[in-house]
Amino acid sequence: MKSFMFLFRGGLDPHTASPDEMQSNMQKWMGWVDELKKKDIYTAGEALMPSGKTLRKGNVSTDGPFTESKEIVGGFFIIKADNIDAALKIAESCPDLPLGGSVEVRDVMVF
Amino acid sequence: MLKQTDLTSGGTTEKIVDHLFRHQAGKMVAVLSRLLGLENLPLAEDVVQEAFIKALQTWKINGAPENPEAWLLQVAKNKAIDLLRRQQLHKRFTQQEVIELTQNADHFFHEQEIADSQLRMIFACCHPSLKQEDQVALTLKIVSGFSLAEIARALVMNEAVVQKRIFRAKNFLRENNVVLEIPAGADLPGRLDSVYTVLYLLFNEGYNSLKTDELIRRDLCGEAMRCCKLLTEHPTIKHSVANALLALMCLQAARFNSRISVDNDIILLQQQDRSQWDHELIGVGYYYLNLSSGGDVISSYHIEAAIAAEHAMAAHFEDTNWTRLLQLYDLLLEAKPAPVTQLNRAVVLAQLGNIETAITSILSIHGIDQLLRSNHLYSAVLGDLYKRLSNTVKAHEYFTHAQQLTPSLAEKKLLQLRLDELVKQNN
Repeated sequence: MKSFMFLFRGGLDPHTASPDEMQSNMQKWMGWVDELKKKDIYTAGEALMPSGKTLRKGNVSTDGPFTESKEIVGGFFIIKADNIDAALKIAESCPDLPLGGSVEVRDVMVF
Repeated sequence: MLKQTDLTSGGTTEKIVDHLFRHQAGKMVAVLSRLLGLENLPLAEDVVQEAFIKALQTWKINGAPENPEAWLLQVAKNKAIDLLRRQQLHKRFTQQEVIELTQNADHFFHEQEIADSQLRMIFACCHPSLKQEDQVALTLKIVSGFSLAEIARALVMNEAVVQKRIFRAKNFLRENNVVLEIPAGADLPGRLDSVYTVLYLLFNEGYNSLKTDELIRRDLCGEAMRCCKLLTEHPTIKHSVANALLALMCLQAARFNSRISVDNDIILLQQQDRSQWDHELIGVGYYYLNLSSGGDVISSYHIEAAIAAEHAMAAHFEDTNWTRLLQLYDLLLEAKPAPVTQLNRAVVLAQLGNIETAITSILSIHGIDQLLRSNHLYSAVLGDLYKRLSNTVKAHEYFTHAQQLTPSLAEKKLLQLRLDELVKQNN
């Protein structure tokens, strides 16, 4: 079993969504997380605030990243899978894919 | 209330009831508008949207908190207090106002006060100086937390039209300094009538419209019932009419599932599987119908609820007490002399064997020529009555006309069935 990271971008636009649409999107996510936990695939995950600070050489921190909202990472998972194809298969069930969101799947490096 | 389908099962999702966000949106906007003043409705709406965004982003991965409802209210309250302090800078509130409002905020978030705020908001949205179509759209937006797209889908209209109506209605509230209040004294009956009419419209739109999908129609009925229940629970409103309206809604909604087949075909009362009716909801309907008899007025809602109860009481279609129904329709005709009442009364007459009288009474409805041209129901009923008299020529004529007129595919299918039956009847 290897570990993979899912990085989520885009999806439902909460500024135009109705309360019902938000709830239904959220419940799909909760259902997905529950399912992954039941299968013992899910290791960890967090949602990220849309903005933060970036530190660069010279110690100047700036607000940002100022990318387009669909480019901002909204959250991440660490999941377990045999290989990248199996991980991609799992990512296919992400509830935000039909809403235009994306999942970046990355191998966690093992030494 | 309406039976609700389980969205998901297991784990953290169980803590969140169906439409929690939608219902909370209405509550939170009402409470915050009362705190900040109705003139600051847009600010209240922004605060609520922000609270939901925060919930969505954190709960979707980490699960919901122990008490999601309280969590949302708390976040809304904190955001509102933040906003008050920020708005003070823009001179929208004075320092003194901000101190008082911040101190009083807790009061508005108590359960009874939340219900009270929602009712005040319903009264504001159904303000009698607003056009009825604007009342309906605004109620769905503000009280029921529907998006423009959802309102458009529910009322089968263009989203731009909905937007215009809501814009117009909000403008009116602001320009006329409408305040959030429970009307009292001589004002109350008239204001209540406006509210009843809007709730009745919402319910019927959900119950009868075949032009839109099942889910949103159910939501409309559910919202009308939820608001009506708020009215029945308020300590100072005279409840008799509200109880009657809620009874009517329960008794009708109990038949929701049996009216449409799995193939989305209409099933007429006569053919409905009565074991599919929601008998628990029928029981609730009887309960409110009983309560409604306590008042000193008999509204048209009382009579309509009594009619719905007659149908609900009959174990089989054949057991329907048509004599009693005719008496009720006679009463209803006095209270509400509408063409559709006359049409329904004629159907009862026909059930009692007076088919010719039924036809005559429909054809003598005031403005029947225009009605026949604009509403398929009249032709559909006339077609049925002529069919029962074996006058297949006239029956064919009316069924065909109704079929051309109805916008609903389900009804077109039903009428085609009736036309096919005519051919068999002729052979």
